[in-house]
Amino acid sequence: MASERSNGTIIKVSGPLVVARGLSGSRMFEMVKVGVLGLFGEIIEIRGDQYSIQVYEETEDIAPGQPVVPTGVPLSAELGPGLLKSIYDGVQRPLDKLMATYGEFIVRGAESPALDREKKWDFTPVVAVGTEVEAGDILGTVPETALITHKVLLPPGLAGKVTEIKAGSFTVEEKVAVIKDAQGVSHTITMLQKWPVRIPRPINHKLPPVKPLLTGQRIIDTLFPVAKGGTACVPGPFGSGKTVVQHQLAKWADADIVIFIGCGERGNEMTDVLLEFPELTDPKSGRPIMERTVLVANTSNMPVAAREASVFTGITMAEYYRDQGFSVALMADSTSRWAEAMREMSGRLEEMPGDEGYPAYLASRLAAFYERAGLVIALGKDGRESSVTIIGAVSPAGGDLSEPVTQSTLRVTKVFWGLDDQLAFQRHFPAINWLSSYSLYLDVTDPWYDAEVHATWSKNRRQAMILLKKEADLQELVRLVGLDSLGSADRLILESARLIREDYLNQSAFDDVDTFSSLRKQALMLETILAFHQGIEKRLAGGLDLAPFLNLPVTEDISRAKLIPEKDLDSRFADLRKKIEDALEAAARNANK
Amino acid sequence: MSTAATSQAAAKEFRTIRNIVGPLVFVGGVKGIGYGEIAEILLPDGSIRRGKVLETQEDRALIQVFEGTSNLDPGSARVRFTAKGQEIGLSPDMVGRVFDGFGRLTDGGPAIIPEKYTNINGVPMNPYARNFPNEFIQTGISTIDVLNPLVRGQKLPVFSGSGMPHNRMAAQIARQATVKKSGEKFGVVFAAMGITFEESNFFIEDFRRTGALERSVMFINLANDPAIERISIPRLALTTAEYLAYELGMHILVILTDLTNYCEALREISAARKEVPSRRGYPGYLYTDLATIYERAGRLKGKDGSITQIPILTMPEDDKTHPVPDLTGYITEGQIILGRSFHAEGIYPPVDVLPSLSRLKDKGIGKGKTRPDHAGVMNQLYAAYARGKNAQELAVVLGESALSPLDLRYMEFSKRFEAQFITQGENENREIEANLDLGWRLLGVLPRAELKRIRPEFVEQYYVEATDL
Repeated sequence: MASERSNGTIIKVSGPLVVARGLSGSRMFEMVKVGVLGLFGEIIEIRGDQYSIQVYEETEDIAPGQPVVPTGVPLSAELGPGLLKSIYDGVQRPLDKLMATYGEFIVRGAESPALDREKKWDFTPVVAVGTEVEAGDILGTVPETALITHKVLLPPGLAGKVTEIKAGSFTVEEKVAVIKDAQGVSHTITMLQKWPVRIPRPINHKLPPVKPLLTGQRIIDTLFPVAKGGTACVPGPFGSGKTVVQHQLAKWADADIVIFIGCGERGNEMTDVLLEFPELTDPKSGRPIMERTVLVANTSNMPVAAREASVFTGITMAEYYRDQGFSVALMADSTSRWAEAMREMSGRLEEMPGDEGYPAYLASRLAAFYERAGLVIALGKDGRESSVTIIGAVSPAGGDLSEPVTQSTLRVTKVFWGLDDQLAFQRHFPAINWLSSYSLYLDVTDPWYDAEVHATWSKNRRQAMILLKKEADLQELVRLVGLDSLGSADRLILESARLIREDYLNQSAFDDVDTFSSLRKQALMLETILAFHQGIEKRLAGGLDLAPFLNLPVTEDISRAKLIPEKDLDSRFADLRKKIEDALEAAARNANK
Repeated sequence: MSTAATSQAAAKEFRTIRNIVGPLVFVGGVKGIGYGEIAEILLPDGSIRRGKVLETQEDRALIQVFEGTSNLDPGSARVRFTAKGQEIGLSPDMVGRVFDGFGRLTDGGPAIIPEKYTNINGVPMNPYARNFPNEFIQTGISTIDVLNPLVRGQKLPVFSGSGMPHNRMAAQIARQATVKKSGEKFGVVFAAMGITFEESNFFIEDFRRTGALERSVMFINLANDPAIERISIPRLALTTAEYLAYELGMHILVILTDLTNYCEALREISAARKEVPSRRGYPGYLYTDLATIYERAGRLKGKDGSITQIPILTMPEDDKTHPVPDLTGYITEGQIILGRSFHAEGIYPPVDVLPSLSRLKDKGIGKGKTRPDHAGVMNQLYAAYARGKNAQELAVVLGESALSPLDLRYMEFSKRFEAQFITQGENENREIEANLDLGWRLLGVLPRAELKRIRPEFVEQYYVEATDL
């Protein structure tokens, strides 16, 4: 089909935007090679004979009169074994290979295929010759990493009878099977498949979410859980810990596959991820978490058009693993930088701007991206249930949540973790504000937690929230009239809410033990704090004074409960509960004297 | 390649200036001009102005003129295209010298013979090739070293306001910065954009007096120099820094002041081009543009040198949400914020501790780098000071009698913290161990049970309750 296409000539260069003439036959969103250096670009607007192209590399020295060569294909991601453990840029060039070939800096025109063409993978067929297969059916498996067994699927759009399939060791481009379709045409199947990134991969159908994505982060799992297949957003001003929250989720979320997109963010942060992830082990399997992770790094100084593409590259890889039956979590840090890339291109195209110069289609692009999340039944006869969960960071200008990117995001995401710089100043991390944040998945997750973790989970969660809410109200009052004018019951609420804040919600990402809390530990911790509260509440109701119960040494043990290792949870918490009960009993005796 | 094709056309001179708008010149009748190449405009009196191609079309090019367009006559001026981007000649002899905004020597000394020419726009570092910054730099300033530690390869801006002593603080850092390893080559690249003669004189004299000049390269654009030159200054400075760091193996501290002036120059060009503005008239690509400056800090695998950046910017009306500090904060690894109320109380350096942050703090401190108790002391000082400030606010509303005995201790802590810890002399260079001991002395104001953020073994080792309460 490329034969009908003709080469074009550049007539204008303005930053990452190049306009060319004479590209007849080329389509919208087709990839082209620009100039004598052959820089990668994508057609983003066609006006008569003038084709606007966004170029994924720096355009210095590119001049009018230079050629533009169409490739005939849209921007596509390469899919197949070997994605895991990789680090790509926004247009899926492997950064480690680029460094090996081109050195420490990313030079223009650098090329390297996303998947290694030399490496051999062990393919084991799961269907036999003669089997009728349809799109999405598993043809065979490949051990991709020690954690993940990759499934080779029949690509969307194909169906027929297997006429050839063999076990063995193949490169991604070698034939592993042949399918003869209803018209009698034979199709060669390789492990390498390509998919245009701007088009969602097809599924059988979507389902409403049924259970939480567990993260080991107490405030998230307990108060504001996100469902598997759901969407969440993390807006916050700079310095409020967005990136640490995203990293923590990438490290500890109980997804099978994690796709982490560093979109227009700091280079040193991506290096941190690269150095740290191989050292960390998955709490379930004990294997390095890198074995389930794909990184996409398009730092802020890398070309802006590639930043625009990075989010689509990431979600396409996420969908590919979802189609294999895995639960996938995708973190995008930060979607604001993605939106700014859209704004920059829109400005260069001289489009009519919407709010704050963002293009008018900002909201619909964001919505379409988040809608690619979901709990689904994938294509294929076996009806695999799998999910993509999207967690997007938002960096609102000036921390002002009324700006267009935050507002458009809030309309489509169902969980809001609002980061608060005041909390960050007090070094309360994660700095998620418990009063302004919300999760719309609680009606799904509450029954799941009650059934699977702890019978009183949802009751305890509600009680904790009530205490926190009352604390905020009481603090208003204290500011007006002083602490002394509060009654004992109210002062107790302030004390207990402080314990919840400082000793439960506050969680250190940098402490070896505290960085991850199992659900069991979360349930025990919260129940312990509430038992302490209720123990005093009961005694106050019996007519005792609050004073002897304040500043009990045992509160220090409650504070240190977060450092109890996972292996001796039950015994240590049983000891703690007994110690609390004894301390309260002793204090009550003192009060009576 | 492209240069061969365009140099044919570039050899010609054009007398076809069509429009002049602010710093922009439109040239017609040209062919095949490369995006970003440097053009020379020759005036009848023999002087030459330089500019950069901002947009190129089949038969015309748009040039941004660095030295301004005053006195340009479309009829008599000639334009020559060089078919090259802006370059700077690099040499080890640049150390100790002073340059202007176009990379020309201004200190009257002998000319430098460059060893190589390099395009100043730089090429993005492959994130995979980066080495993570984790070596502590001691600046001798308590609020930085203990609370917001700076590490090699980091970019840590100072957010200041007009009238505050950010320049004195920057000079102090340039003077005192050391890494706790000896025998390494250390240098400063200093780039001033649109600062006044007095400020520039202060830096040059201070550097000369203290001997810092011998290890410095200075690029100076004064307030009355063409604003457009400010666009290239940070890039000249960083290209020089990259050469010194990655080719000569030096550890370079880059001080950029004042980024707000840089952004205003960018806005001026954007407005002249009639681009759709985003917030406050700044162009929509301000974030990306700033990133191409800040992200040039770092360390590379397999290379000895490093580039650490301290950009300084003045926040208009001390407003942190203004686009310049805001976008900067999203790119840099933390920020040091100066507080006007501290300055008014005569506290130097007036570092507003609570909103200041170094994102790489956890990587550069602890055992083998500073001291094992550092992280705990840092977090405890922060938490205690935040609580002390709250208590102070409460005391203002309700009177001190309304505070609990514990809150009174916190209040006492924060008073001493401001007087002894934040405050220090302009020439006072505090060692990190002494700084941490000072932190422990202040924490002695609090009861032992309050030190929840420090590991018990360190509390055991260092805590002594204050006796002078």
